[in-house]
Amino acid sequence: MLEIHSLTKRFGGLTAVRDVSTTIEKGRINAIIGPNGAGKTTFFNLIGGVFLPSSGKILFNGQDVTNLRSDQMARLGVSRTFQATTLFDNATVLDNLIVGHRLRTQSGLMDVLLGTRRLKEEERRCREKARAALDFVGLSHVENRIAADITQEERKRVAFALALSTEPSLVLLDEPAGGVNPEETVGLANLIRKMVKSGLTVCLIEHKMNMIMNLADKILVLNYGEKIAEGTPSEIRANPVVIEAYLGSEHAAA
Amino acid sequence: MDVLFQQVLNGLTLGGVYSLVALGLTLVYGILHVPNFAHGALYMAGAYVAFYLMGSLGFNYWIAMAGAAVAVAVLAVVAERLVFHPLRHAPGLHHMIAAIGILLFLESSAQAIWGADFHRMQTPFTGILNFAGLVMPVQRLLIVIAAFALVVALHLFLKKTVTGATIIAMAQNRDGAALVGIDPNRVAMLTFAISGVLAAVAAVLYAPINLVYPGMGHLVITKAFVIIVLGGMGSVPGAIVGGLIIGFAESFGAFYISTDYKDIIAFVLLVAILSVRPEGLFTKGVR
Amino acid sequence: MKFLDSKTGWMLLLALAIAFPFLAGNDYHLTVMSMAYIYAIATVGLNLITGYTGQFNLAHAGFMAVGAYTVGILTVDHNVPFWIAFALSGFVAAGIGFFVGILSLRLKGHFFSIFTLCVGYIMFLLIEKWESLTHGTVGIIGIPAPSPIAGIEFESPRAQYYLVLFFLVLSVWVMHRIVNSLLGRTFMAIRNGDDLAEALGINLMRNKVLAFMLSVFYAGLAGGLYAGYVRFLGPGLAGVDHTFDMTMYMLIGGIGTMFGPLLGSVSMPWLTQYLQFLQDYRFVVFGPILVLLVIFLPNGVVGTYLKWRARNASRPAVEKTAPHAESANAQAAVSAAVPVAPAQEGSHA
Repeated sequence: MLEIHSLTKRFGGLTAVRDVSTTIEKGRINAIIGPNGAGKTTFFNLIGGVFLPSSGKILFNGQDVTNLRSDQMARLGVSRTFQATTLFDNATVLDNLIVGHRLRTQSGLMDVLLGTRRLKEEERRCREKARAALDFVGLSHVENRIAADITQEERKRVAFALALSTEPSLVLLDEPAGGVNPEETVGLANLIRKMVKSGLTVCLIEHKMNMIMNLADKILVLNYGEKIAEGTPSEIRANPVVIEAYLGSEHAAA
Repeated sequence: MDVLFQQVLNGLTLGGVYSLVALGLTLVYGILHVPNFAHGALYMAGAYVAFYLMGSLGFNYWIAMAGAAVAVAVLAVVAERLVFHPLRHAPGLHHMIAAIGILLFLESSAQAIWGADFHRMQTPFTGILNFAGLVMPVQRLLIVIAAFALVVALHLFLKKTVTGATIIAMAQNRDGAALVGIDPNRVAMLTFAISGVLAAVAAVLYAPINLVYPGMGHLVITKAFVIIVLGGMGSVPGAIVGGLIIGFAESFGAFYISTDYKDIIAFVLLVAILSVRPEGLFTKGVR
Repeated sequence: MKFLDSKTGWMLLLALAIAFPFLAGNDYHLTVMSMAYIYAIATVGLNLITGYTGQFNLAHAGFMAVGAYTVGILTVDHNVPFWIAFALSGFVAAGIGFFVGILSLRLKGHFFSIFTLCVGYIMFLLIEKWESLTHGTVGIIGIPAPSPIAGIEFESPRAQYYLVLFFLVLSVWVMHRIVNSLLGRTFMAIRNGDDLAEALGINLMRNKVLAFMLSVFYAGLAGGLYAGYVRFLGPGLAGVDHTFDMTMYMLIGGIGTMFGPLLGSVSMPWLTQYLQFLQDYRFVVFGPILVLLVIFLPNGVVGTYLKWRARNASRPAVEKTAPHAESANAQAAVSAAVPVAPAQEGSHA
């Protein structure tokens, strides 16, 4: 689904991502792991359109998307979450989600000024999508809660819902279980499985090894910006290069 | 030749003043990521304090300058503690608004105390030097020398002393600095104090040429912002080089292009450069 | 108390505004209020780009001056009828806003504000020095009052008051529609975070420039009204101190709310009137107040109230579903349809 060819990103003298090639497989749960500073988030930023690669190519369903911005990627069906989701804290959870479907609407200033039917129709549709997404992540009951008042785990689910309301085909999750306890982590992992079962492809960055080993179909391991291993969880678990990378760094496996 | 020399001297004078002001601004911005819109008011306050010390209390120029430096340093530290410290976690918009609040307060206070009129500041350096056929007003020469000396002193302080090193450390990595035991509060206060001293000295050096009035900080501060944006936020060399560039551009621009529009030069430069390179001249772009 | 966002609340305010000339003591009060309304229009505009989209535009007063000078120059120097010149004022400002916007909106946060501060200065200096166009420091005098329409004259203070009020109501109504629409939500998403908004498929530049153009359109329109009202102009109109004034109104009232800028712009001038002795030194008092506000009450009067009310409305949500606080349309129908929260949900702090 997403083919990455020799992707490289340099920031001045620092090469954050070096010559990484991989495929994000459709309908599967793909994971990216690696010690801190390995370049995982930079990699996400590259495929999500936040950064322009220094060299390399990215193909999404055969289309060259190397130089596209994040909003263009989102419109093509690649959505992402961030480690910290900035919500409008003074509004309700549902209110926050309505804008998620905006990219699929056409209404502009004229529609607003003239109060066209298209605007009303699209606003209704956005609200429905928001509600559906919230329902999918199991948070319908907090629909009217003020966004500032929800828990960290609920916040993570809301971030998922936001990504889902863009009607993506590929979802990039950046540390979806960050700051969440083990029981809640299992819940989020189940949610990710549910997403894939409903037809989405997921690619996530995570540090929690238990979660990744039980969840992922395919794992890509980065270290110092380079790919050092790729394969199924059992292959990765046994891979001496990976073990060395983790033991050699300060990173503590979850 | 003589005319050219005048322009060069002018450029150095302006450049010196701008550099001092920009240095104070860039140090504060580099460490606290606070665009201190009130910096122009510190500049103005320096001039007024010196004016008061010389006029009403009869102190001489240098003592008045020292007094102004101390007073403004204190003022800056108070502003840091009372206003910027509580806001350290707030979004940038709040910093800007708060700084504007301080600016407005200081300016109207100055106006309330001394009135809106222009005042002339006395200086013992009214003479003109004649050297090798070149005419040099002493005050301007003084500005250039003093600015240069101060910049060198600051540079030595930052590079050679432990306190200076803590400032640089914090500028590079605030959290890291805290982890190795550097007290961010102390450094913040110190940085503000230094920025205050630089502003006050710049003001007292320049005021005899340019008069003292409540709005005197406006143009200077806006140009200082231009300088640090162009030279790089938090960059000491950037502030110095930028200050000199703007000083020269204005001096030559005023003479060869138009005196009326000379103030626009800095702003037009900013608009032009940022339009082409939104990250500024010296920051490494990330996109 | 759904006072502030229900139709009745606004209707009441409108009724008060219409009745004002009859309640006011004299023409001077009308003048203060009319000027307040003019600046309110501009402040509502500033609120769109700063409060709703998160970019602090320090050149706003410059754009107001552009609108004012459009009217001034066209009517006085070129004998263009007032209403035509006025119709252009917003668009000229928006046109210039487009160019300033595409240059400046690529910059983030502080950079943008510094850039616009410089643009504002350029505007001020240009107005001051370009004497052949703007009459320089002498200013433009003798701007005609708005010409009569269908027999209604606009020379008397009362007629002018109603004219300005009409435009204020129109501006607020349009802004209300914008802010509560998908477009408004788009702007707010940008304010919450550029990266997340872009990841949601929002084209940042296009939307930011749109918000910017809309906001300076309001400024230009206010400027055009100012020209027809005060009838003379000077470069000082573009001064950054006016932008600071409007920022203060916006902050005190409540940044990023509909009612906030209105509350601020209408109440502050009266406050300064009563503190008449402060007139020139108003910032000795307001400066510290601004600082205190930004530290303790950054949401302003209205914002803090809305937050408090939203909290109260959602607190019972754990036991039963309460209607949520924001002013959306079909909330009553929606709340009735949502089921009661199950007991095992637990309570979260």
